[in-house]
Amino acid sequence: MERIPILKMGKVLLVTVQVDMHDRLAMTLQDDLTARIVKDHAHGVLIDISSLEVVDSFIGRMIGNIANMARVLDADTVVVGMRPAVAITLVELGLSLPGVRTALNVDKGVEMLKGSMEQRASANGHATR
Amino acid sequence: MESQNKLAESIRGHHEGILKEWVDTQLTAPTLRLDLMKESELRDESREFLTLFCHALIGTSDPGAPAWKATKDFLAQVAKSRALRGFSPYETATFIFSLKQALFGLAGTVNKDGKNLFTDLWTLTQLIDSLGLYTIELHQKNREEIIQRQQQELLELSTPVVQLYENILALPLIGTLDSARTQIVMESLLERIVETGSIIAIIDITGVPTVDTLVAQHLLKTVAAARLMGADCIISGIRPQIAQTIVHLGVNLNDVITKATLADAFLVALQRTGANLGKPLAPKKD
Repeated sequence: MERIPILKMGKVLLVTVQVDMHDRLAMTLQDDLTARIVKDHAHGVLIDISSLEVVDSFIGRMIGNIANMARVLDADTVVVGMRPAVAITLVELGLSLPGVRTALNVDKGVEMLKGSMEQRASANGHATR
Repeated sequence: MESQNKLAESIRGHHEGILKEWVDTQLTAPTLRLDLMKESELRDESREFLTLFCHALIGTSDPGAPAWKATKDFLAQVAKSRALRGFSPYETATFIFSLKQALFGLAGTVNKDGKNLFTDLWTLTQLIDSLGLYTIELHQKNREEIIQRQQQELLELSTPVVQLYENILALPLIGTLDSARTQIVMESLLERIVETGSIIAIIDITGVPTVDTLVAQHLLKTVAAARLMGADCIISGIRPQIAQTIVHLGVNLNDVITKATLADAFLVALQRTGANLGKPLAPKKD
Protein backbone atom coordinates (compact mmCIF):
# COMPACT_ATOMS: atom_id res chain seq x y z
CA MET A 1 0.00 0.00 0.00
CA GLU A 2 1.11 3.52 -0.74
CA ARG A 3 2.48 5.39 2.25
CA ILE A 4 3.97 8.78 2.88
CA PRO A 5 7.49 8.30 4.29
CA ILE A 6 8.35 9.70 7.71
CA LEU A 7 12.03 10.48 8.20
CA LYS A 8 13.71 10.95 11.55
CA MET A 9 16.35 13.66 11.98
CA GLY A 10 17.44 13.77 15.59
CA LYS A 11 14.46 14.83 17.63
CA VAL A 12 12.55 15.96 14.57
CA LEU A 13 10.30 13.93 12.28
CA LEU A 14 10.19 15.03 8.66
CA VAL A 15 7.12 14.32 6.57
CA THR A 16 7.30 15.19 2.90
CA VAL A 17 4.12 14.93 0.90
CA GLN A 18 5.37 14.26 -2.64
CA VAL A 19 2.18 12.93 -4.18
CA ASP A 20 -1.34 14.21 -4.35
CA MET A 21 -3.04 13.28 -1.11
CA HIS A 22 -6.16 11.23 -1.25
CA ASP A 23 -8.36 10.49 1.70
CA ARG A 24 -7.00 7.05 2.55
CA LEU A 25 -3.41 8.27 2.32
CA ALA A 26 -4.16 11.09 4.75
CA MET A 27 -5.76 8.68 7.23
CA THR A 28 -2.73 6.37 7.02
CA LEU A 29 -0.39 9.31 7.55
CA GLN A 30 -2.37 10.31 10.63
CA ASP A 31 -1.97 6.82 12.13
CA ASP A 32 1.69 6.46 11.14
CA LEU A 33 2.76 9.87 12.35
CA THR A 34 1.07 9.69 15.75
CA ALA A 35 2.59 6.24 16.30
CA ARG A 36 6.06 7.44 15.28
CA ILE A 37 5.93 10.50 17.53
CA VAL A 38 5.23 8.28 20.53
CA LYS A 39 7.76 5.66 19.52
CA ASP A 40 10.64 8.03 18.73
CA HIS A 41 9.89 10.57 21.48
CA ALA A 42 9.96 13.28 18.82
CA HIS A 43 9.92 16.89 19.96
CA GLY A 44 9.27 18.40 16.58
CA VAL A 45 7.40 17.57 13.40
CA LEU A 46 7.95 19.23 10.05
CA ILE A 47 5.31 18.64 7.40
CA ASP A 48 6.42 19.76 3.94
CA ILE A 49 3.52 20.20 1.55
CA SER A 50 5.35 22.16 -1.16
CA SER A 51 4.49 19.51 -3.76
CA LEU A 52 0.83 19.46 -2.84
CA GLU A 53 -1.13 21.16 -5.60
CA VAL A 54 -4.70 20.13 -4.97
CA VAL A 55 -6.60 20.20 -1.70
CA ASP A 56 -10.22 19.68 -0.80
CA SER A 57 -11.94 20.39 2.47
CA PHE A 58 -11.16 16.92 3.83
CA ILE A 59 -7.43 17.09 3.13
CA GLY A 60 -7.37 20.64 4.49
CA ARG A 61 -8.99 19.50 7.70
CA MET A 62 -6.65 16.49 7.90
CA ILE A 63 -3.58 18.72 7.65
CA GLY A 64 -4.93 20.80 10.54
CA ASN A 65 -5.87 17.70 12.53
CA ILE A 66 -2.51 16.00 12.06
CA ALA A 67 -0.71 19.15 13.17
CA ASN A 68 -2.94 19.48 16.22
CA MET A 69 -2.55 15.81 17.14
CA ALA A 70 1.23 16.14 17.01
CA ARG A 71 0.96 19.12 19.31
CA VAL A 72 -1.16 17.18 21.77
CA LEU A 73 1.61 14.56 21.80
CA ASP A 74 3.99 17.36 22.82
CA ALA A 75 5.76 17.72 19.49
CA ASP A 76 5.98 21.21 18.00
CA THR A 77 4.60 21.09 14.50
CA VAL A 78 5.35 23.32 11.55
CA VAL A 79 3.61 23.06 8.20
CA VAL A 80 5.93 24.41 5.51
CA GLY A 81 5.85 25.35 1.85
CA MET A 82 2.15 25.73 1.25
CA ARG A 83 1.52 26.98 -2.28
CA PRO A 84 -0.42 30.22 -2.88
CA ALA A 85 -3.24 28.41 -4.69
CA VAL A 86 -3.59 25.94 -1.84
CA ALA A 87 -3.59 28.72 0.76
CA ILE A 88 -6.30 30.62 -1.12
CA THR A 89 -8.40 27.48 -1.47
CA LEU A 90 -8.17 26.68 2.23
CA VAL A 91 -9.14 30.23 3.20
CA GLU A 92 -12.08 30.18 0.79
CA LEU A 93 -13.15 26.88 2.31
CA GLY A 94 -13.10 28.58 5.71
CA LEU A 95 -10.18 26.48 6.94
CA SER A 96 -7.61 28.94 8.19
CA LEU A 97 -6.05 26.21 10.41
CA PRO A 98 -5.88 28.17 13.67
CA GLY A 99 -3.16 26.98 16.01
CA VAL A 100 -1.05 25.47 13.26
CA ARG A 101 2.39 27.02 12.85
CA THR A 102 3.55 27.64 9.33
CA ALA A 103 6.78 28.55 7.56
CA LEU A 104 7.70 29.44 4.01
CA ASN A 105 10.18 26.62 3.37
CA VAL A 106 11.95 23.74 5.08
CA ASP A 107 14.90 25.97 6.00
CA LYS A 108 12.75 28.42 7.91
CA GLY A 109 10.69 25.60 9.40
CA VAL A 110 13.77 23.86 10.80
CA GLU A 111 14.98 27.18 12.22
CA MET A 112 11.62 27.65 13.90
CA LEU A 113 11.71 24.16 15.41
CA LYS A 114 15.27 24.66 16.62
CA GLY A 115 14.21 27.86 18.35
CA SER A 116 11.30 26.25 20.11
CA MET A 117 13.39 23.23 21.10
CA GLU A 118 16.05 25.47 22.61
CA GLN A 119 13.31 27.22 24.54
CA ARG A 120 12.04 23.88 25.71
CA ALA A 121 15.57 22.84 26.81
CA SER A 122 16.11 26.02 28.80
CA ALA A 123 12.68 25.68 30.40
CA ASN A 124 13.53 22.11 31.40
CA GLY A 125 16.84 23.38 32.77
CA HIS A 126 14.98 25.84 34.97
CA ALA A 127 12.61 23.15 36.12
CA THR A 128 15.36 20.75 37.21
CA ARG A 129 17.39 23.39 38.97
CA MET B 1 -44.67 47.95 -51.32
CA GLU B 2 -45.42 50.44 -54.06
CA SER B 3 -45.40 53.46 -51.83
CA GLN B 4 -41.97 52.96 -50.30
CA ASN B 5 -40.47 52.36 -53.74
CA LYS B 6 -41.90 55.62 -54.92
CA LEU B 7 -40.58 57.26 -51.76
CA ALA B 8 -37.12 55.84 -52.36
CA GLU B 9 -37.14 57.02 -55.94
CA SER B 10 -38.08 60.54 -54.92
CA ILE B 11 -35.40 60.56 -52.22
CA ARG B 12 -32.89 59.54 -54.84
CA GLY B 13 -34.18 62.28 -57.12
CA HIS B 14 -33.86 64.94 -54.45
CA HIS B 15 -30.67 63.50 -52.95
CA GLU B 16 -28.66 66.71 -52.89
CA GLY B 17 -31.53 68.82 -51.64
CA ILE B 18 -32.31 66.47 -48.76
CA LEU B 19 -28.64 66.15 -47.87
CA LYS B 20 -28.27 69.91 -47.76
CA GLU B 21 -31.31 70.37 -45.60
CA TRP B 22 -30.28 67.54 -43.27
CA VAL B 23 -26.73 68.81 -42.82
CA ASP B 24 -28.04 72.32 -42.26
CA THR B 25 -30.37 71.00 -39.57
CA GLN B 26 -27.46 69.24 -37.91
CA LEU B 27 -25.25 72.28 -38.16
CA THR B 28 -27.80 74.53 -36.48
CA ALA B 29 -28.82 71.98 -33.83
CA PRO B 30 -27.69 72.67 -30.24
CA THR B 31 -26.14 69.21 -30.15
CA LEU B 32 -23.52 70.09 -32.76
CA ARG B 33 -20.04 69.16 -31.51
CA LEU B 34 -17.54 70.69 -33.90
CA ASP B 35 -14.97 70.35 -31.14
CA LEU B 36 -15.22 66.57 -31.40
CA MET B 37 -15.83 66.18 -35.12
CA LYS B 38 -15.03 68.17 -38.26
CA GLU B 39 -17.79 69.57 -40.47
CA SER B 40 -16.43 67.82 -43.58
CA GLU B 41 -16.51 64.52 -41.71
CA LEU B 42 -20.12 65.11 -40.74
CA ARG B 43 -20.99 65.85 -44.39
CA ASP B 44 -19.30 62.66 -45.59
CA GLU B 45 -21.06 60.58 -42.96
CA SER B 46 -24.42 62.10 -43.81
CA ARG B 47 -23.95 61.57 -47.53
CA GLU B 48 -22.96 57.92 -47.10
CA PHE B 49 -25.83 57.21 -44.76
CA LEU B 50 -28.40 58.81 -47.07
CA THR B 51 -27.14 56.75 -50.02
CA LEU B 52 -27.32 53.52 -48.02
CA PHE B 53 -30.72 54.47 -46.60
CA CYS B 54 -32.14 55.16 -50.04
CA HIS B 55 -30.67 51.98 -51.43
CA ALA B 56 -32.14 49.82 -48.67
CA LEU B 57 -35.55 51.50 -48.83
CA ILE B 58 -36.08 50.35 -52.44
CA GLY B 59 -36.28 46.74 -51.24
CA THR B 60 -38.27 46.96 -48.03
CA SER B 61 -39.20 49.33 -45.26
CA ASP B 62 -38.68 46.70 -42.56
CA PRO B 63 -35.40 47.57 -40.79
CA GLY B 64 -35.06 43.95 -39.62
CA ALA B 65 -34.70 42.74 -43.22
CA PRO B 66 -31.27 41.73 -44.60
CA ALA B 67 -31.42 44.59 -47.11
CA TRP B 68 -30.81 46.97 -44.21
CA LYS B 69 -27.68 45.23 -42.98
CA ALA B 70 -25.27 47.59 -44.76
CA THR B 71 -27.07 50.61 -43.28
CA LYS B 72 -26.98 49.12 -39.80
CA ASP B 73 -23.30 48.23 -40.10
CA PHE B 74 -22.62 51.81 -41.08
CA LEU B 75 -24.62 53.01 -38.06
CA ALA B 76 -22.64 50.68 -35.82
CA GLN B 77 -19.48 52.27 -37.11
CA VAL B 78 -20.91 55.76 -36.49
CA ALA B 79 -22.01 54.80 -32.97
CA LYS B 80 -18.61 53.36 -32.15
CA SER B 81 -16.59 56.30 -33.41
CA ARG B 82 -18.88 58.74 -31.57
CA ALA B 83 -18.74 56.73 -28.35
CA LEU B 84 -14.95 56.80 -28.50
CA ARG B 85 -14.93 60.54 -29.13
CA GLY B 86 -17.14 61.16 -26.12
CA PHE B 87 -20.47 62.07 -27.73
CA SER B 88 -23.50 61.77 -25.46
CA PRO B 89 -26.33 59.43 -26.47
CA TYR B 90 -28.50 62.50 -27.20
CA GLU B 91 -25.90 63.97 -29.52
CA THR B 92 -25.41 60.66 -31.30
CA ALA B 93 -29.13 60.05 -31.78
CA THR B 94 -29.64 63.53 -33.22
CA PHE B 95 -27.61 62.45 -36.24
CA ILE B 96 -30.45 60.10 -37.28
CA PHE B 97 -33.46 61.90 -35.91
CA SER B 98 -32.58 65.19 -37.59
CA LEU B 99 -33.08 63.46 -40.94
CA LYS B 100 -36.83 63.34 -40.21
CA GLN B 101 -37.41 67.01 -40.90
CA ALA B 102 -35.89 66.85 -44.39
CA LEU B 103 -37.66 63.61 -45.29
CA PHE B 104 -41.04 64.82 -44.02
CA GLY B 105 -40.65 67.92 -46.14
CA LEU B 106 -40.00 65.74 -49.16
CA ALA B 107 -43.01 63.51 -48.44
CA GLY B 108 -45.11 66.66 -48.31
CA THR B 109 -43.94 67.90 -51.73
CA VAL B 110 -44.28 64.46 -53.36
CA ASN B 111 -47.82 63.88 -52.10
CA LYS B 112 -49.28 67.21 -53.04
CA ASP B 113 -52.74 65.71 -53.16
CA GLY B 114 -52.26 64.32 -49.64
CA LYS B 115 -53.49 60.85 -50.59
CA ASN B 116 -50.53 58.77 -49.46
CA LEU B 117 -49.08 61.37 -47.14
CA PHE B 118 -50.06 59.59 -43.95
CA THR B 119 -48.71 56.21 -45.09
CA ASP B 120 -45.43 57.70 -46.20
CA LEU B 121 -44.97 59.66 -43.00
CA TRP B 122 -45.74 56.61 -40.92
CA THR B 123 -43.26 54.47 -42.86
CA LEU B 124 -40.53 57.08 -42.47
CA THR B 125 -41.21 57.68 -38.81
CA GLN B 126 -41.10 54.00 -37.98
CA LEU B 127 -37.92 53.49 -39.95
CA ILE B 128 -36.01 56.41 -38.57
CA ASP B 129 -37.14 55.73 -35.02
CA SER B 130 -35.99 52.16 -35.15
CA LEU B 131 -32.67 53.11 -36.73
CA GLY B 132 -32.22 55.84 -34.15
CA LEU B 133 -32.90 53.51 -31.26
CA TYR B 134 -30.54 50.99 -32.79
CA THR B 135 -27.82 53.62 -32.86
CA ILE B 136 -28.44 54.63 -29.25
CA GLU B 137 -28.27 51.04 -28.15
CA LEU B 138 -24.98 50.48 -29.93
CA HIS B 139 -23.62 53.74 -28.57
CA GLN B 140 -24.52 52.62 -25.06
CA LYS B 141 -22.95 49.24 -25.61
CA ASN B 142 -19.74 50.81 -26.83
CA ARG B 143 -19.61 53.09 -23.82
CA GLU B 144 -20.07 50.12 -21.53
CA GLU B 145 -17.27 48.28 -23.27
CA ILE B 146 -14.99 51.24 -22.75
CA ILE B 147 -15.89 51.35 -19.05
CA GLN B 148 -15.30 47.65 -18.68
CA ARG B 149 -11.93 47.84 -20.33
CA GLN B 150 -10.93 50.73 -18.10
CA GLN B 151 -11.99 48.78 -15.03
CA GLN B 152 -9.83 45.90 -16.15
CA GLU B 153 -6.89 48.22 -16.70
CA LEU B 154 -7.38 49.79 -13.28
CA LEU B 155 -7.44 46.36 -11.73
CA GLU B 156 -4.12 45.49 -13.28
CA LEU B 157 -2.54 48.81 -12.44
CA SER B 158 -3.57 49.15 -8.88
CA THR B 159 -2.00 46.23 -7.06
CA PRO B 160 1.76 46.57 -6.85
CA VAL B 161 3.63 44.48 -4.31
CA VAL B 162 6.91 46.13 -3.35
CA GLN B 163 9.84 44.78 -1.43
CA LEU B 164 10.83 47.20 1.33
CA TYR B 165 13.74 45.28 2.72
CA GLU B 166 15.11 41.79 2.93
CA ASN B 167 12.23 39.50 3.95
CA ILE B 168 9.75 42.40 4.10
CA LEU B 169 7.07 43.07 1.52
CA ALA B 170 4.59 45.94 1.37
CA LEU B 171 1.26 46.09 -0.38
CA PRO B 172 -0.07 49.64 -0.60
CA LEU B 173 -3.78 49.34 -1.35
CA ILE B 174 -5.50 52.23 -3.09
CA GLY B 175 -9.20 52.38 -3.86
CA THR B 176 -12.16 50.27 -2.87
CA LEU B 177 -11.70 46.56 -2.30
CA ASP B 178 -14.25 44.27 -3.93
CA SER B 179 -14.18 40.51 -4.31
CA ALA B 180 -12.58 40.47 -7.76
CA ARG B 181 -9.87 42.86 -6.70
CA THR B 182 -9.17 41.07 -3.44
CA GLN B 183 -8.62 37.88 -5.39
CA ILE B 184 -5.98 39.54 -7.56
CA VAL B 185 -4.40 41.30 -4.59
CA MET B 186 -4.26 38.03 -2.67
CA GLU B 187 -2.76 36.09 -5.55
CA SER B 188 -0.09 38.64 -6.38
CA LEU B 189 0.86 39.04 -2.72
CA LEU B 190 1.16 35.28 -2.12
CA GLU B 191 3.15 34.78 -5.30
CA ARG B 192 5.57 37.52 -4.34
CA ILE B 193 5.92 35.99 -0.87
CA VAL B 194 7.05 32.72 -2.44
CA GLU B 195 9.29 34.51 -4.94
CA THR B 196 11.12 36.64 -2.39
CA GLY B 197 10.89 34.31 0.58
CA SER B 198 9.58 37.16 2.69
CA ILE B 199 8.32 36.40 6.17
CA ILE B 200 6.47 39.65 6.77
CA ALA B 201 3.99 41.46 4.54
CA ILE B 202 2.69 44.91 5.38
CA ILE B 203 -0.75 45.68 3.98
CA ASP B 204 -1.16 49.44 3.94
CA ILE B 205 -4.75 50.62 3.68
CA THR B 206 -4.12 54.38 3.78
CA GLY B 207 -5.61 54.66 0.29
CA VAL B 208 -8.72 52.62 1.00
CA PRO B 209 -11.54 55.16 1.38
CA THR B 210 -13.96 53.08 3.44
CA VAL B 211 -13.75 49.83 5.30
CA ASP B 212 -17.01 47.93 5.72
CA THR B 213 -17.54 44.38 6.91
CA LEU B 214 -16.96 43.00 3.43
CA VAL B 215 -13.65 44.79 2.95
CA ALA B 216 -12.56 43.73 6.43
CA GLN B 217 -13.45 40.16 5.64
CA HIS B 218 -11.43 40.31 2.42
CA LEU B 219 -8.46 41.68 4.35
CA LEU B 220 -8.72 38.97 6.96
CA LYS B 221 -8.84 36.32 4.22
CA THR B 222 -5.64 37.66 2.71
CA VAL B 223 -3.98 37.67 6.12
CA ALA B 224 -5.13 34.10 6.79
CA ALA B 225 -3.84 32.85 3.44
CA ALA B 226 -0.45 34.50 4.00
CA ARG B 227 -0.27 32.98 7.46
CA LEU B 228 -0.97 29.52 6.03
CA MET B 229 2.06 29.95 3.84
CA GLY B 230 4.19 30.96 6.77
CA ALA B 231 4.28 34.73 6.42
CA ASP B 232 2.93 37.21 8.95
CA CYS B 233 0.85 40.19 7.91
CA ILE B 234 0.70 43.63 9.45
CA ILE B 235 -2.16 45.93 8.55
CA SER B 236 -1.11 49.57 8.61
CA GLY B 237 -2.44 52.95 7.63
CA ILE B 238 -5.64 52.74 9.61
CA ARG B 239 -7.13 56.20 9.83
CA PRO B 240 -8.99 57.30 12.99
CA GLN B 241 -12.42 57.16 11.32
CA ILE B 242 -11.69 53.70 10.00
CA ALA B 243 -10.62 52.48 13.42
CA GLN B 244 -13.95 53.75 14.74
CA THR B 245 -15.91 52.05 11.97
CA ILE B 246 -14.11 48.75 12.47
CA VAL B 247 -14.94 48.70 16.17
CA HIS B 248 -18.54 49.81 15.61
CA LEU B 249 -19.02 47.09 13.01
CA GLY B 250 -17.70 44.52 15.47
CA VAL B 251 -14.99 43.30 13.10
CA ASN B 252 -12.51 41.13 14.94
CA LEU B 253 -8.96 42.19 14.13
CA ASN B 254 -7.49 40.76 17.33
CA ASP B 255 -5.42 38.10 15.59
CA VAL B 256 -3.79 40.59 13.26
CA ILE B 257 -1.06 43.06 14.08
CA THR B 258 -2.36 46.53 13.28
CA LYS B 259 -0.38 49.74 13.18
CA ALA B 260 -1.40 53.33 12.57
CA THR B 261 1.26 54.14 10.01
CA LEU B 262 3.42 52.31 7.52
CA ALA B 263 6.52 53.56 9.35
CA ASP B 264 5.43 51.88 12.59
CA ALA B 265 4.68 48.67 10.75
CA PHE B 266 8.06 48.76 9.02
CA LEU B 267 9.79 49.18 12.37
CA VAL B 268 8.00 46.13 13.78
CA ALA B 269 8.87 44.16 10.65
CA LEU B 270 12.54 45.10 10.98
CA GLN B 271 12.59 44.00 14.60
CA ARG B 272 10.87 40.73 13.70
CA THR B 273 13.33 39.90 10.95
CA GLY B 274 16.24 40.94 13.15
CA ALA B 275 17.39 43.47 10.56
CA ASN B 276 19.40 46.49 11.53
CA LEU B 277 19.47 49.63 9.47
CA GLY B 278 22.58 50.86 11.23
CA LYS B 279 21.29 54.18 12.51
CA PRO B 280 19.63 54.29 15.90
CA LEU B 281 16.36 56.14 16.17
CA ALA B 282 16.51 59.63 17.61
CA PRO B 283 15.27 59.53 21.20
CA LYS B 284 11.77 60.88 21.58
CA LYS B 285 11.44 64.18 23.41
CA ASP B 286 8.35 64.51 25.53
